[in-house]
Amino acid sequence: MPDLSLLADALVRATPLIIAGLAVAFAFRGGVFNIGAEGQLLVGATAGAAVSLWAGPALGRSVLIVALLSAALAGAAWAAVAAELRKRFGVLEIISTIMLNFIALHLVSFLVRGPLQEPTRIYPQTQSIADSARLPIILPNTRFHFGFIIAIVLACFFGWLFKTTAIGFRVRAIGAAPKAAWIAGKVDVKRTSYIVFLVSGALAGLAGGIEVSGVTYALYENLSPGYGYTAIAVALIAGLNPIGVIASGIFFAFLETGALALQRDFAIPSSAASVVEAVFVLAALAISSLRGRGIPGLTRPATR
Amino acid sequence: MDDGPSANWSLTQASIGQPVSDSPANALELRGITKNFGAVTALDDVSLSIKPGSIHALLGENGAGKTTLMRIAFGMVKADSGQILRDGGLLELRSPADAIAARIGMVHQQFSLIPAMTVAENVALGGKGLYNVNDVAARISEIASTTGLTIDSRARVANLTSAERQKVEIVRTLAHDARILILDEPTAVLAEKDIGELFEQLRVFASAGGSVVLITHKLQNALDHADEVSVLRHGKLVLNAPMDAASKDSLTAAMLGSAPQEQGITRGTAIRSRLVARVGPPFVEVFAGEILGVAALEGAAGPLLRSFAGRAQTGSGKPGSGKTGLRVGFVPENRQEEALIPDLSLTENLALKNAGERRGIIDWKQLRDNTSTVIREFDVRASGPDATARSLSGGNQQRFVLGRELSDKPELLVLENPTQGLDVNAASVVHQRMKAARDSGTAIVFYSTDLDELVDLADRVVVVGGGRISDSPPDKSEIGRLLLGIETAEHPVA
Repeated sequence: MPDLSLLADALVRATPLIIAGLAVAFAFRGGVFNIGAEGQLLVGATAGAAVSLWAGPALGRSVLIVALLSAALAGAAWAAVAAELRKRFGVLEIISTIMLNFIALHLVSFLVRGPLQEPTRIYPQTQSIADSARLPIILPNTRFHFGFIIAIVLACFFGWLFKTTAIGFRVRAIGAAPKAAWIAGKVDVKRTSYIVFLVSGALAGLAGGIEVSGVTYALYENLSPGYGYTAIAVALIAGLNPIGVIASGIFFAFLETGALALQRDFAIPSSAASVVEAVFVLAALAISSLRGRGIPGLTRPATR
Repeated sequence: MDDGPSANWSLTQASIGQPVSDSPANALELRGITKNFGAVTALDDVSLSIKPGSIHALLGENGAGKTTLMRIAFGMVKADSGQILRDGGLLELRSPADAIAARIGMVHQQFSLIPAMTVAENVALGGKGLYNVNDVAARISEIASTTGLTIDSRARVANLTSAERQKVEIVRTLAHDARILILDEPTAVLAEKDIGELFEQLRVFASAGGSVVLITHKLQNALDHADEVSVLRHGKLVLNAPMDAASKDSLTAAMLGSAPQEQGITRGTAIRSRLVARVGPPFVEVFAGEILGVAALEGAAGPLLRSFAGRAQTGSGKPGSGKTGLRVGFVPENRQEEALIPDLSLTENLALKNAGERRGIIDWKQLRDNTSTVIREFDVRASGPDATARSLSGGNQQRFVLGRELSDKPELLVLENPTQGLDVNAASVVHQRMKAARDSGTAIVFYSTDLDELVDLADRVVVVGGGRISDSPPDKSEIGRLLLGIETAEHPVA
């Protein structure tokens, strides 16, 4: 069934978009403008691949869990660099996270040609990870893997977190008005936004780990076709709402897989999809403002 | 190089429609102005005439529609229906630029100056053609010589006091050739001395044929200085008369709809055995069951009050000195930025109190009920607990914040300028609530720029000034003496 495999491909592509989209949405809601999901994702993928390769034989099946946790930790550590720069020196995270994206990209380039290169030293990539380190495939004969379920569960969890928990409310409060959060609510704004930054980085790192364990089974240079950047669009289209991120993540995945098919079958450049994405993001920002709800720090309610 | 007049920097751009009636023209006439914001009627068929050469006071409680009416006259807000006439000619205002072209100027309650720029640059904003600092300076000194509004055109606005900034705002509108000057609560930020000076200058402007519209809720300013008075209540014009025909009582009755109840001054008795909080050094103590008033020159009281409230460090940090676990209510001066999150609902704003200490799951249903209780008990006029904080008027926001901060029966309540910007009625409600809390054993510390309020409300006063803190009885001249650091033989400043 070719149709089913196309659908599966789209959902496979949606998985990192949803998880990294959550990373961005969570950060932006908390007033942290983490543009570094791409770098955190790449570092997470690196950690996931490295742990799977090194610890695979010794740990058996549980290596999968360890690898994914390492990916999340690596993403958080990468975000911590920007979080420290912001805390200590007031460096704008918008600048630092973009710079860290480039560093992560070239770090991967170096590793897959050096310390982590596969034994034959021909291809710029790592060895494939063992079967035991791979995420289970849900639909046989497709690439549709368990990572998608993780993405949905995470989105629901973060939706619940914002809606019902004290920590979720604090994150919303510091994002909407840090001064009021401190003066009226005695929220430790610096500490809370630091934690938001780390959690965001962990999510993006996990997205990278899941990509390695579920799809590529190896680390190589062009592992991410800019998932971390598209994730910003995904989060914005969703109005920074975690549940909405599921829908917008799937939407963008369809757009991008569809664009690849259009290029293959009708010679329409796949970059057309990027144009459509950008138009959607700008329109979504304008619409959020027109509906009188602006996104703090990004848009404000429209005035007539 | 020959610069034609059109190439020069120019502020003048008057163009006014033809008269449609030949009655002795009013400088500005509003006819049947109606404005609805959603379901709320802000203005209901209001007609108002502003005569040339007069100072016209526009009075009303908070939310009565004064500012909205004048924003319509200044082209900032579009009326749903009604007409605006300028010197008898019909005026179509699509934006403030149209109003400025019709020689109407407005000074807003919140200043709109750019602090990093000089006075001359700020005045030049909105002009046309090339900017020439000498032309602008000449214009500023010309205005100074005719109205007495003297200001250094090279001074950087960031270095100016509130009174001087207000001068710059007025000079700017005059530089744009305004003949109708609308001032929104101009005395709110001014000291007594500056208020007198302001009105002298406004009188000079009016004597030269200009018109002044003075939006205020300070009755005394209007009585002392205005020629005409109009009163708005709940969006309707309820009184319009020459000032000679109005009295303090008639205006108060028109503003409030009924005479306000005068309240006798009752003092509390501090429970000296129960020290609630102590901050310092130098140490200041507050005991259960008393209201401690803090008198200070602008800005000096902030650190003291914030350390009482446990908000001494900004942005981060642990609660300040004092017992931990002390239940403290805090009503900051800046409601919009520090007390409330305007875009969140009232329920969420209630949850904001102690948000830093909340754990686990928030019981939103319970909080929503608590919010309804606060709304009811503190007479907050809101559509319900789901209304955004932004949708409330200033007085209602303040009542909500006060209700929230009193909702957990705090042992200590700290308030900064609690009645600033509130009308007589709203202020008296705040005072009653403070006394009721005191009588039930809460220790209260508050700061006020209004010495009368301080003296009427406080059981004990501390004066912060000149690097020291001294105790004072609630007596105006004694407080004033300590504030200014005046030393006398029998009253050495300790």
